[in-house]
Amino acid sequence: MPNLLEIQNLHVTVEDKEILRGLTLTVPAGEAHAVMGPNGSGKSTLAHVLAGRPGYEVTKGDIRFRGKNLLEMAPEVRAREGVFLGLQYPVEIPGVSNMYFLKAALNALRTHRGEQELDAVEFLKIAREKATLLEIDENLLQRGVNVGFSGGEKKRNEIFQMALLDPTLAVLDETDSGLDIDALKVVANGINALRSPERAILMITHYQRLLEYIVPDKVHVLSDGQIVETGGKELALELEKTGYATFEKKRAPDVAASAPAQSA
Amino acid sequence: MLSTFEKLGIPLKEQEALAGVAVDAVFDSISVATTYKEKLAEVGVIFCPMSEAVANHPELVKKYLGSVVPYSDNFFATLNSAVFSDGSFVYVPEGVRCPMELSTYFRINAAKTGQFERTLIVAEKGSYVSYLEGCTAPMRDENQLHAAVVELVAMDDAEIKYSTVQNWYPGDKDGKGGIYNFVTKRGACRGRNSKISWTQVETGSAITWKYPSCILQGDNSVGEFYSVATTSNHQQADTGTKMIHIGKNTRSTIISKGISAGQSQNTYRGLVKILGGAANARNYTQCDSLLLGDRCGAHTVPYIESRNRTAHVEHEATTSKISEDQLFYCNQRGLSQEDAVSTSARKSSRNCRSSLPLRPRN
Repeated sequence: MPNLLEIQNLHVTVEDKEILRGLTLTVPAGEAHAVMGPNGSGKSTLAHVLAGRPGYEVTKGDIRFRGKNLLEMAPEVRAREGVFLGLQYPVEIPGVSNMYFLKAALNALRTHRGEQELDAVEFLKIAREKATLLEIDENLLQRGVNVGFSGGEKKRNEIFQMALLDPTLAVLDETDSGLDIDALKVVANGINALRSPERAILMITHYQRLLEYIVPDKVHVLSDGQIVETGGKELALELEKTGYATFEKKRAPDVAASAPAQSA
Repeated sequence: MLSTFEKLGIPLKEQEALAGVAVDAVFDSISVATTYKEKLAEVGVIFCPMSEAVANHPELVKKYLGSVVPYSDNFFATLNSAVFSDGSFVYVPEGVRCPMELSTYFRINAAKTGQFERTLIVAEKGSYVSYLEGCTAPMRDENQLHAAVVELVAMDDAEIKYSTVQNWYPGDKDGKGGIYNFVTKRGACRGRNSKISWTQVETGSAITWKYPSCILQGDNSVGEFYSVATTSNHQQADTGTKMIHIGKNTRSTIISKGISAGQSQNTYRGLVKILGGAANARNYTQCDSLLLGDRCGAHTVPYIESRNRTAHVEHEATTSKISEDQLFYCNQRGLSQEDAVSTSARKSSRNCRSSLPLRPRN
């Protein structure tokens, strides 16, 4: 399998503070990887850097997406190239209906790929199909983007958008946070249905809980801005038992000099 | 010089893409080429560099130059009057409808220099002309000055439509370099039923001070001002209009849209003045501002002075905001900043863009 995403020795500074310190990570197409780590280890920073959020300054390192230099692309270009970020806290946009927003987004992607734009009828047909998958009430589609949605509805709406936009790389930032067990199952089913040989999924999570429903191919442990351990799905269980403290000692002594070797 | 224009993709050769539009190119205040001159001359329209107009039509230049913007008007008008070397001159004789769009393309090329061009458009009784100016400048670290003067004169039943697409270099993201765009633009509706319409799309320049205005002297004359100003990084745009109602039944419309991003400041500053004799004068003003993020500013400074009890003056203003989070969310779903803005403020700049003779190409 070719590597869909290759991150080499990534250093990222946010407001003059170095958060990622030589992170190296590769994700091949067709696989779902989990990145786990304690609070403040840099999980969300990794998610936002991949999506190109302003304010995250890459001081060193390289990110290749399908062989292309991701860091040179504007956020909207990354999205059109197939990078999707499911946000931990989805943003509300009052006055813009969910349907209108998603139609504009899907058509921006289609235009980028040289495909014809969808008209309202064609779009609605696809949207209904995907909404059923995530048990999304049609009323929600007519409301303002995320406006007045419950925490669970917002997260479902994120995965609904992912289903609609059909990304090559889906980065899901704490998608499980704030979900009760029923909502978690719905979201997990939705994500599992989207696993495919062409797509890679990077799940960023604090707890092992999500991984019971979405079984990852690999688990990476992020600590203090570096991947300190990579293993199979059993690593998540081990973490649950022992906590992150055992892994924090494994950090390379001089983080700036070299990134730890990766087997992935 | 001509090859520079070709490199920029600005066709001056008459057979090329801009067919049907006559172009005058002004390069560091020097007019380098004017197209379609002969064809225009057939109907009596004069369209030439100011330097040629001075030589070939001194009577017209003497009569009208400085008649709308006197040399003593303001500091930059004085500077321009003292040093201007060239510009565009348009004369449309009585009853002639100019058969094509006229266009001037301005470019500041040399370093550490200013541009001081002068434009004069005269529309005689019952004539019509539409004119478009475009501006660009290459990137330089030093600030450069653009201090132009534009004068329009419309006689009885004449109409002048003047459009600007201004994209002077705005400086880098830290606010270094860029053009200071201090321009005096004014039109005089001297005749009865005359009309002057200003349309501007302002995206460039480090600092813009520009107030294209109308002196509505003739009875029933009409002034219009449509503006879209977008600012980002450290840009400052202070723009608006003055509508001076002197004649009876004069009407003016002001539609101003400002979009500010980054740490920029975007100001609408306008004056609607109704003099004692301007019975039944009407004005409608609408100012809409959109803020992107939380470090930029939008300001609206409307002045209204009415000395006539029969006048009607209306002012409407709205402000809306898109946060950086909302913008990023839109970007992450594949929408560009422009898409995001138009999605959130769908009504925004539509009516100004439809007033332009050509859609600006990027």
